[in-house]
Amino acid sequence: MKVIQTKNIFKIYNEGKGNEVHAVNNVSLEIEKGEFTAIVGPSGSGKTTLLNIIGGLDTPTSGNVLIENTETASLKENEMINFRLHNIGFVFQSYNLIPVLNAKENVGFIMLLQNIPEKERTERVTSLLKAVGLENQMEKRPNQMSGGQQQRVAVARALASKPKFVLADEPTANLDSKSTTDLLDIMENLNNEEGITFVFSTHDQRVIDRAHRIITLEDGKIIKDEKIK
Amino acid sequence: MILFKIAWRNIWRNKLRSIVVMVSVVLGIWSGLFIMAMTLGLNEQRMSGAVDTYLSHLQIHHPRFEDDYNKKYTILNRKTLEQQLDTIKQIKAYTERLVINGMAATSKGNYGVQILGIFPEQEKKITKISEKLVSGTYLYKLKRNPIVIGEKLADKLGLKVNSKVVLNFQDAENNTIAVSFRVEGIFKSNSSVFDMGTVFVKYQDLAQLTGLEGKIHEIAILCNKIDSADSVKDKVYTDNKVETWGQIAPEMGYAQQTMSSFIYIFMGIILIALAFGIVNTMLMAILERKHELGMLMSVGMTKSKIFGMIVLETVFLVLIATPVGVLLSYWSIHYFGVYGIDLASVAKGLESLGIGSRIYTNLPKDMYFIITLMTLFVAVLSAIFPARRALKLNPAEAVKAN
Repeated sequence: MKVIQTKNIFKIYNEGKGNEVHAVNNVSLEIEKGEFTAIVGPSGSGKTTLLNIIGGLDTPTSGNVLIENTETASLKENEMINFRLHNIGFVFQSYNLIPVLNAKENVGFIMLLQNIPEKERTERVTSLLKAVGLENQMEKRPNQMSGGQQQRVAVARALASKPKFVLADEPTANLDSKSTTDLLDIMENLNNEEGITFVFSTHDQRVIDRAHRIITLEDGKIIKDEKIK
Repeated sequence: MILFKIAWRNIWRNKLRSIVVMVSVVLGIWSGLFIMAMTLGLNEQRMSGAVDTYLSHLQIHHPRFEDDYNKKYTILNRKTLEQQLDTIKQIKAYTERLVINGMAATSKGNYGVQILGIFPEQEKKITKISEKLVSGTYLYKLKRNPIVIGEKLADKLGLKVNSKVVLNFQDAENNTIAVSFRVEGIFKSNSSVFDMGTVFVKYQDLAQLTGLEGKIHEIAILCNKIDSADSVKDKVYTDNKVETWGQIAPEMGYAQQTMSSFIYIFMGIILIALAFGIVNTMLMAILERKHELGMLMSVGMTKSKIFGMIVLETVFLVLIATPVGVLLSYWSIHYFGVYGIDLASVAKGLESLGIGSRIYTNLPKDMYFIITLMTLFVAVLSAIFPARRALKLNPAEAVKAN
């Protein structure tokens, strides 16, 4: 089942000004449910822009994005916000947890926005933090946790809304080797055991080595798309 | 509920900045209320000073008397009028006067004065000159031609209690007469102009000297409440001219209106300064949290919730600061309302305006409520601009911001 489809996506900056930049240049791809995909490429190759377009944080200059059967480009701003809330999980490079909330509250926050009842919320928060190995850190605020722990909370938060897929933009860029391995283990387990679809943008070889599919971008174009396993 | 929690905790993320905002709100409220209390107190003192020393709440004159203060224009149908005044319950007391313009002279110089021929015991019920004596007594000790004068005039003419002063004025037949009076008392009111230009003598003495026995120029009326002046005026049916204090001294009313306008202009300036302070601080807070706001937008927090969260932060700051500001204001206004603010250094200027050198603050209770509401309103209003700025953030760019 196709979770993500992009058709002839272009993202052009400074269009018609003589110094046009094709950040994404005619990208068409399909990502199936349960994939563990890395979008790789050098800096400026368009990884993050493509990820932002898939996640509805940015709009393409032309082309279509289909999330399952929804064409996101046609959604209005508030509809898109709501769509993201219920369908897409985000993990950011610099964790971006809410500093004034503890781990438990950070994970539960998304479910609060979804108006999920407290009982269900509490159960899911506990199970997610357990899944990322932080059952003993639930009351800690971000500044009381290591970078690796914060990123694991971010993964738990991304999964809290039961999204169709998780987009992770350079999730290991700020992590040390041990934390990177731990995080990748967790995400790979969630992928294997619960069939959660992950799409990373990365140029971290440790992530690339674990990916099941690697899409390589250069100057905004897909130059290679290979399935590893 | 989570919005309340986040907004509340956010304000304590940068304690110093939040405290600065709260202190500015406290100072804004306090300075606004205190200046208002000072201005109202000052105005009230000026008004009550004028009412207590001479003006009273209403005055009745011959219809043409005030044109040129001609002594021939005495009150018409005095007895009928007195009977009428006696029946009006809103009148606390009234007194009758002869009013003659003349000149006070001593060997040191002379000065134009208004000579009021009064009934001392009755006058005491209307004006407070008898309570403002700095020396001497109030027209009961000396049998022959006693006079009570202002301290300023006494200084100018070199007079003391028991000194002699010559009053020059015209009698009913327009003959100029010069009569020697002996100073029985010296008063000091809030107004140096009044002290310089008004002297009090006994009605009988002046009436006899001017040949106006049985006649009066002026009836001064004190009502139970100053607000009753208009109502009492409507109840007096006479051919004489009845005027309220506001009509007799319209400049007092204008001054009150002007001061009220100044209060609001001043308050406006304070609130604008406060608004800029809040806008500046909240903008800084938002710019610092760009990536966090970008994340919130990315993960599905609606713009209205983000907007609400930022406005809530300001509301919390103001809600903490407002009671402190109001309490501080209440305490200081109450304190200086009892003990007054000593403005001896500018006493001359104040006295020329009819205000004493000590100002007693005074503020009606409803003003606390109004100013508090105004502050809250301005604070919330000034939170809107930063909140709108936050909404304009592009989540994809904001989330990457440092």
